[in-house]
Amino acid sequence: MSERMGTPQETVERALALSRADDCVVIVEEGSTANLRFAGNTLTTNGVARSSRLTVISIVGQGVGVVSRAAVRPDQLADVVTAADQAARDAQPSEDARTLLGGGSLGDWDRAVEPTTIEVFRDFAPAVGDSFAAAEASGRRLYGFAEHILTSTFVGTSSGLRARHDQPTGRLELNAKSADMSRSAWTGVATRDFSDVDVAALDAALARRLDWAKRRVEVPAGRYETILPPTAVSDLMIYLYWSAGARDAADGRTVFSKPGGGTRVGERLSDVPVRLYSDPGHPGIECAPFVVAHASSREQSVFDNGLGLGATEWISEGQLANLVQTRHSAELTGLAVTPSIDNLIMAGPDGGRSLEEMIAGTERGLLLTCLWYIREVDPQSLLLTGLTRDGVYLVENGEVVGEVNNFRFNESPVDLLGRLTEVGRSEQTLPREWNDYFTRTVMPAIRVPDFNMSTVSQAN
Amino acid sequence: MRQIDPDFLALPLRRLADAALQRARDLGAEHAAFRLERVRSETLRLFDARLEGSMDADDLGFAVRVIKDGTWGFASGVELTPEAAVRAAEEAVRVAEVSAPINREPIELAPEPVHADVTWVSAYDVDPFDVPLREKVELLGGWSAGLLGRVDHVSASLMQVKEQKFYADTAGTVTTQQRVRLHPVLTAMRTDGDRFDDMRTLAPPVGRGFEYLTGTGWDFPAELAEIPDLLTEKLKAPSVQAGSYDLVVDPSNLWLTIHESIGHATELDRALGYEAAYAGTSFATFEQLGTLEYGSPVMNVVGDRTAEHGLATIGWDDEGVEGQSFDIVRDGVLVGYQLDRRMALVKGFGRSNGCAFADSPGHVPMQRMANVSLQPAEGGPSTEELISRVERGIYVLGDKSWSIDMQRYNFQFTGQRFYKIENGRLAGQLRDVAYQATTTDFWRSMESVGGPGTYVLGGAFNCGKGQPGQVAPVSHGTPSALFRGVRILNTVQEGGK
Repeated sequence: MSERMGTPQETVERALALSRADDCVVIVEEGSTANLRFAGNTLTTNGVARSSRLTVISIVGQGVGVVSRAAVRPDQLADVVTAADQAARDAQPSEDARTLLGGGSLGDWDRAVEPTTIEVFRDFAPAVGDSFAAAEASGRRLYGFAEHILTSTFVGTSSGLRARHDQPTGRLELNAKSADMSRSAWTGVATRDFSDVDVAALDAALARRLDWAKRRVEVPAGRYETILPPTAVSDLMIYLYWSAGARDAADGRTVFSKPGGGTRVGERLSDVPVRLYSDPGHPGIECAPFVVAHASSREQSVFDNGLGLGATEWISEGQLANLVQTRHSAELTGLAVTPSIDNLIMAGPDGGRSLEEMIAGTERGLLLTCLWYIREVDPQSLLLTGLTRDGVYLVENGEVVGEVNNFRFNESPVDLLGRLTEVGRSEQTLPREWNDYFTRTVMPAIRVPDFNMSTVSQAN
Repeated sequence: MRQIDPDFLALPLRRLADAALQRARDLGAEHAAFRLERVRSETLRLFDARLEGSMDADDLGFAVRVIKDGTWGFASGVELTPEAAVRAAEEAVRVAEVSAPINREPIELAPEPVHADVTWVSAYDVDPFDVPLREKVELLGGWSAGLLGRVDHVSASLMQVKEQKFYADTAGTVTTQQRVRLHPVLTAMRTDGDRFDDMRTLAPPVGRGFEYLTGTGWDFPAELAEIPDLLTEKLKAPSVQAGSYDLVVDPSNLWLTIHESIGHATELDRALGYEAAYAGTSFATFEQLGTLEYGSPVMNVVGDRTAEHGLATIGWDDEGVEGQSFDIVRDGVLVGYQLDRRMALVKGFGRSNGCAFADSPGHVPMQRMANVSLQPAEGGPSTEELISRVERGIYVLGDKSWSIDMQRYNFQFTGQRFYKIENGRLAGQLRDVAYQATTTDFWRSMESVGGPGTYVLGGAFNCGKGQPGQVAPVSHGTPSALFRGVRILNTVQEGGK
C-alpha cells in the first residue's frame, strides 16, 4: 500500500479514467494556510496547515452522485470513484441536469502547486512585534489576526475541460484598545501576500481614533444621519448579494420576489445611479474566472462546472439587473445565466468623495466604524439586525467631536439603497462580519439620512 | 455500547504519534500533543420532495501542537506517513520560533491526570452512515410529499456527522473516541396574497444515530401533521403591538438565548479578552466571579460534557482532559467559567474543566462551549401552568433570528411561532415579533422555571468562534420559563414600514 499522494493533475486524470459513469467531473483542491493571532500585545495562537480534497461528481443518466474525500492516496482513488458512480446510479433524476460544458483549458494546468508557509510573515511578524512595543509604551493594547491562504483548484471533466485557478487570500484585522478597555478601534485590510501591509501606519490610524474616543457623548436610540464606511457597506451588500438567488426570488421567498409572481429584475432600487457588480478580473481582488460547484443547490449546479465567468452587473444605474443563476434557473426564470462570483464591487457616480471629505461635509451625524453580528430578521424585506462596533463617532460641523455609545440597528440593505443620499469614492476594503467567507470587495462609504438605531447597546 | 470503527483503528495512529512526539522532544519542546482526526459528513437537501443535492465528504489529517520555549507552535498535515508526522513536528517548532518575537506570556498548562489508552463512543444505535442514501431520500421525500398540497413548498435537509479522534501527548495520555450526530430539518412555505411565510420543525439536532428519524427521541410524523394548519394560522395572524409583555419561552426557543447570553458570556477566554478583536469579550468579567447577580434566584446553570446525546459530550477533550460537569450559575449568581488548560492555570483554577475542542485536524484546539443548560425546578410547573400565570403576554416557540453584541449585553431574538396570552390562556398566533433585552435584565426577570417534564435538550451544529473560524456542536437543555416585562418589537415597524 502506497501512503503517498499523487499530484493533483495526476489525481484528476486517474479519477476520470476510473469512472464508469456516463459523465464525470473531478475537482481537486490543494490548500495551505499560515496564521498568527494576538491579543493584549502578545501572541495567542498560530499555525500552518495543509489540506487536500478530492471531489468526484459522477453522472448516470440524469442522476448525480457526489463523494468528497480528504487526503486521498492513489490506491484509494478507485474506491472513491466507485462510490460516486454507485451513488449516481442510485440517485433520482436531477432537475438541473444539463450536458457538461465542452473541452478547453483555463489556467496553467501543469504548473506545480506552491504552498504558503509561515515564512510569509517573516517581515510582518517583527513589524507586529514593534507595534506591540509602541502600543505598550503608549498605553494601548493590540488585538488581531493575520492569515494567508493559498488554494489551487483543479477541475477536470469527462467532456475534456481542464481548468485551474490559484487563489491567494490574505487578511489582517487589527484592533486597538485603551488600557482600561473602555475605548476600541478597528481596521482591516485584504492582501494577496502581506508585502503591502504597513502595520505601523494602521496602528497610527487606530491611535488617532482612540484619541477621538476620549470625549464620550451619550446618544439615545433613534434615526440619525449616518455615514457608513466602506467596511460596513461591504457587510450589508454581501448579505444582499447572498440573498439574490434567482430561484428563491422566483418562488416568492425573498426581497427580490415580485408580488404576484416573478422577480423584481428591472425594478429601480435607488434613485442614485449606484452599481453593484462582480468581476473576476478586477485588479487587486481577482478571483476564479469559472464556476466550481461541489454539489447542486438553489444557487449552483454541478453541471455548470467550468462555466466561464465575466463581469456581471447585479444592480446597474440603480436598477436590479441580474440575480444569481445556474443554467437551469436561468431557463426557469427566462433571465441571463449569471452565476455567483467571488468578489463584489459597489460604485456610485464619478466624483465621489473620500470618507474624510464626507466627514468634512457633515453638519451633524454619526460615523460608524463597522457592523457586527448581522442576522436576518425578515427575508421578504431583507430586514437585518446587528450591532455597531469599535467606535461610533459624533460628527458636528465637519469634525469628529467625540465617541458615542454603540447601538443595535434594524435595517434592510435594499431599503437603504432607496434612501441613501451620497455615495463616496470606492476603495478596496475588508468586511468585518463576513471576512471568514468573503474578503474581496471594493466599496464606497455611503450617507443615509435616517439610519435606524433601534436600541442602545452597553457594549464598548 | 458501540465500538470504534475498525477502519479508523487500522490507520497508523500510534506510529505517527510516536514519530511526531519524539521529534518534538528532540527539538526541545516542553510539551507536545498529536491529534489524528477523521470527520465524515453527509448532507442532503430536498425541495418539494425531490433531491436537490447531496454530498458525502470527509476530512482526514493530523496535527502537532508544541510549546517551545514558552511559545505555542502548531502544524498539521494530511499525508499519513511517519515522515510527514516528523515534518509537521518540525514545522510546529518552526512556527513557535517565528512567533516568539510577538509572544510576551510564557505558555504553561494546568496539570491533568494521565489517561493512558482510553476509549469512548457516544450513545447511538444506528450509524447513519450505514443507512443508504436512497432510504434517507425516501424518508424525507415521503414526509415532504405529505405536506405538499397543504402548503406551497417544502424544503428538507439532513446533516449527519461522524467524528473520530485519536489524541496522544508527551505526558502519556492516549485517547481514542467516536461520536455521531445528526440534524433533520423540514420547512413548509406558503403564500397568502402578497404575504409569504414559513415554518420549520422544532426537532433539535442530537447526538443520536439514525434511530432519531424512526421514532426514538422525537415524533416527526406528529410534528409534521400539525405544521400546515399552524402555518395557515400564522399567515392570517395579526401583527404584534410593540411594547412590554410577559413571556413564557419554550425550550425550543430558550436554548438559543441560553447559548448566546450565558454560554458565550461564561467562556473564560472571552472574559479575559482573548477573543476581544473577534467574537468579543463578556460583561461577566473575572473579578465578578462569585458576586455577579446574573439572574433571579431560580436560575441555576450547569456546564457539562457528559449529558447523554449532548452535542458537546465527549470522553476527553482535545487537550486530554476528562469530560466533567460543573456549576456556572447557582441561585442566580455567577460561580464558574468554561476553561481550557491554559486558562485554568492562568486564573488558578487548578484543573481545566475539559472545554478544549478543535473542529478539524487543521485547526488549533481552543476553549469551546460545554453543554450549558438551565436546570428545571424539582416539582416545578408545567408549561400550561406557567402560561396560566400570565395576564397579558406571549408564548414563544422555536428559534429563528438571533443577534447579540460583543459583550453579550444586548440581544434580539425572533422565533417560529408566537401566541398571544390573555388572562392565562393562549389566544391565537401573532406575527412580526422580536424580543429584545439586556442579558442580566432578562435573566433577573425570570420568575419561574418549569419542572423536569418541560426540560428539552436543544442545540446547534454550527457555533462559530475563533480565527481561523471554527464551528462546534453544542446542546443546551432547558425547561420552559416565565419572564416578566420583556420588550417586544414589531419587526415590520422596525423596517420602517
